[in-house]
Amino acid sequence: MLAMLLRRLFLGLVTVWIVSMIIFAGVEMLPGDSCTAFLEREAQGKLLENCREAQGLNRPAAERYFDWATSAARGDLGISANGEKSIAELVGDRLGNSLLLAACSLALGVPLAIFLGVVTGLWRDRPVDLAVSTLAIFAMTIPEFVSATVLILIFSVWLGWLPGIVLTSASAPASEFFPEIILPVLVLTMVMTAHILRMVRSSVIEVMVGDYIQMATLKGVPYWRIVFRHALPNALLPAINVVALTIAWLLGGVVVIEVVFNYPGLGRMMIDAISDRDLPVVQAIALIVATVYVCVNLSADILTMFANPRLRTLHMRRG
Amino acid sequence: MTGPLIDIRDISVGFTGKSGATLPVLRNIDLKVNAGESIGIVGESGSGKSTLALAAMGYLKRGLRLMEGSVAFQGQDMFARTRTELEQIRGGELALIPQNSGQSLTPTLRIGAQLVEALRLHADVPEAQYSAKAIELLGQVRLPDPAAIMTRFPHELSGGQQQRAAIAMALAGEPTALLLDEPTTGLDVTTQAHILELLRDIARDRGMAMVYVSHDLGAIARVCDRVVVMYAGEVVLEGSTRQVLKTPIHPYARGLLASIPRLSDPRLPVALDGRPPAPGGAGQGCSFVDRCALAQDGCRTSRPDLERLPSGEAVRCFHYQEAHQLSLTGSGAIPASLDGASPSALHLDDLAISYRRPGLFDKVLGRDSAGVPTVNGIEITVAKGETLGLVGESGSGKSTILKAIAGLLPPSGGKITVAGGQALAPEVEHRSPDHLRKIQLIFQNPDDSLNPRQTIAQILEQPLKLYFGLTGDALHQRSADILDRVRLGAHYLDRLPSQLSGGEKQRVAIARAFAAEPDLVLCDEVTSALDVSVQAAVLDLLNDLKATQGTTYVFVSHDLAVVRALSDRVAVLYQGRLCELGPSADVYAMPSHPYTEVLLGAVLEPDPDTAPTLSADDVVELSPPAQGCPFQRRCPRKIGRICDTDTPPWQHGTQGHAIKCHHSIADLATAQAEGAAGQRA
Repeated sequence: MLAMLLRRLFLGLVTVWIVSMIIFAGVEMLPGDSCTAFLEREAQGKLLENCREAQGLNRPAAERYFDWATSAARGDLGISANGEKSIAELVGDRLGNSLLLAACSLALGVPLAIFLGVVTGLWRDRPVDLAVSTLAIFAMTIPEFVSATVLILIFSVWLGWLPGIVLTSASAPASEFFPEIILPVLVLTMVMTAHILRMVRSSVIEVMVGDYIQMATLKGVPYWRIVFRHALPNALLPAINVVALTIAWLLGGVVVIEVVFNYPGLGRMMIDAISDRDLPVVQAIALIVATVYVCVNLSADILTMFANPRLRTLHMRRG
Repeated sequence: MTGPLIDIRDISVGFTGKSGATLPVLRNIDLKVNAGESIGIVGESGSGKSTLALAAMGYLKRGLRLMEGSVAFQGQDMFARTRTELEQIRGGELALIPQNSGQSLTPTLRIGAQLVEALRLHADVPEAQYSAKAIELLGQVRLPDPAAIMTRFPHELSGGQQQRAAIAMALAGEPTALLLDEPTTGLDVTTQAHILELLRDIARDRGMAMVYVSHDLGAIARVCDRVVVMYAGEVVLEGSTRQVLKTPIHPYARGLLASIPRLSDPRLPVALDGRPPAPGGAGQGCSFVDRCALAQDGCRTSRPDLERLPSGEAVRCFHYQEAHQLSLTGSGAIPASLDGASPSALHLDDLAISYRRPGLFDKVLGRDSAGVPTVNGIEITVAKGETLGLVGESGSGKSTILKAIAGLLPPSGGKITVAGGQALAPEVEHRSPDHLRKIQLIFQNPDDSLNPRQTIAQILEQPLKLYFGLTGDALHQRSADILDRVRLGAHYLDRLPSQLSGGEKQRVAIARAFAAEPDLVLCDEVTSALDVSVQAAVLDLLNDLKATQGTTYVFVSHDLAVVRALSDRVAVLYQGRLCELGPSADVYAMPSHPYTEVLLGAVLEPDPDTAPTLSADDVVELSPPAQGCPFQRRCPRKIGRICDTDTPPWQHGTQGHAIKCHHSIADLATAQAEGAAGQRA
């Protein structure tokens, strides 16, 4: 068991390491560097040489990668190319904001998705299932920027209940993001709920026609007891992995929403850094997002293993 | 209470087909079960026997509905009761033991929790005593160490243990009637025999009624007083167990009995040709008319009623008085066999197979993880044209050996050589095309081994293109010829596997193997997924192909009677080690290896006058012992320490018959003759 955990952790670290090399190589292959970006038109001759000298860009790539990777491992992500500010500090604020957005969306979306998934699964092909499943398809297919715009139109422009854009500064404490954060949370919730609910629905349907549910019925177990004790613990196991993927998506991939609502999260910072050619920041964010993916998936696997007695014995036996 | 305990009157159950018409699964069934009585319901897959049993609980599978009739339990209509009333009765007065306990126990709940749940719902026991009562129940179904079983999850138990746990759960509500839906299907022979004895004892002690649904007439013969034979959703014959199994008066029942291979009879069973009509396809007349040897014109135009006879039997046939003309014991062919010595077609030289491979971490740490190999010391020569049967219970390594011969599982030691003394490469990737062609494998379940998206033509053309480079008309002609050889017409070429019945699919799988014109065909439980009447046809086909093509078979099955029907020589395996090897007639007769004796004793014959001999516990061993005899822990004839420490030597009998045991053949013969005499006394 412990050996399994250590093995998985080790493999996770290897993944992050490989990803870090790919990120570094990718950025390296781009034409130009942070000096050409910073100096713009003056990026030539002596000035460029001096800049590169000052930033250590003249050293061999392997050496620079080693420096970058070792300091990143220590938590030091370097200095932003233009602002001379510590990236760890800049990214830290943004990561916190992204976490806030993700946490609010998850807190709202996961229980809602599981509830609706179970309801539609149990009442398969009934009106409630048809209505919810149709809405879910809409929520999944309408692009986020469209639904975001529509919500802004309704709640900010017509009704005037909620602010349509986030004006709070990136380093403000979490409490100051209310109520501006509500609309982005709503849009994200819609999309993720639709995904998770469809997965839960099909899993509930599959479990409910299973032999052990028939057996429980014929053992005289009352219906709701069957649902909660026999069906759901099995039906919700696959949900763990989908929720994990959603978390990773929320922390790194909600660029469109952050741009539409002007929300100061990681996604928008990445976009800004790319257009500014702020390559150290791009590298740092890519590395953070990769690490988040690895961590979240690892925790999901471990959680599934603990929740599923079959997997648990399997790993116990293997030692 | 007067009147029958379960009273099913004239029920019909159906579903709505694609065309919108209602297709019946059960048609006008009457069934009465009195208190304390045990009734067997037999029939092949699709006959509606499980649906009938579940209907007795007022339960129909999704999509099915009651079209007419009523089902009463203790005088009250089950389909008119409220949900709460049903919850009271189900698992209480009327309990079910399911077919596949492995899948019928909730995987995320411990055995104890599931048992206590049954007690909480139905038993009149104070809450504080739930767990004591649960342990008591597990003890009653003879599970070792009940307290430990309580804390296990279902997947941590063996198949037999799961079945016992399910029986304990059914007994929790002190039922007056037990419904058993194929409760021993999928279990090993010794486990099955033990479970059936347990059920008999429990039913007798508690005066419970039992409705025992099974396709296995041997199990029915052991447990039931009365038998109902179902065919295409109808009851075709009903009578006492003796009447139905000894002198059946319905042509279908006679055909079914004749198609069962028997341990005592070396002949091939007789196949029942054709297949039952699909739901709704029975037409105007008798549903069995297409397969019946006694059928006349009248049978096609009107449907016979279930006629009750003074003898207590009930039969649905116009010509039941002539049924006795139909043979009951297999008049099938004696299997083709070799005469004289033939060259060797396959030689396994000290073969050893280990499933566990040392992992990366083990290598780094220098750990020896291989341990005791799963299969060890297998030394067998198969002559050309011979059929070698491999028998043993699950975990005996019989399928593992087939995989090694096929190259799917490289052996960890020893050699495999084919005709001409050529050694086979251990991995299938390194074998020459010629070797690949010469060795073909047929799998247990054609549903899994045939690609559902390929037509039969595409399936058969693959080996023809690969090995013979055929194209165009020649390819098509050859596929049709091969299909003809397995007795399927050329019109099957355009069909998909899903449009075929189970038996037809297995014929296609056989055809695919024979398309390569192999020297050696490996059969892995090829009839286990088939109904018994279809099984007989497949055995007959395999025997035919052997006679015409001179093929050599290695035939693996857990069913000793099936192996007997087809094999020239039989090898008995336990825990991946050989116990006995010899000509079928010698292996199936005494003297035997003590393990063979246990196996043969546990086989249930479809004859109410026979009883199994249970001489060893049905303990499940997960791994073979590191030294000594593999059967040391269960052996009823264990000598002593020598069995634990020394690998037993081969004791040679006549005609190449050999037993691997510390007892001499003479000792075994004496001891087993005494045992048999003791049984008769």
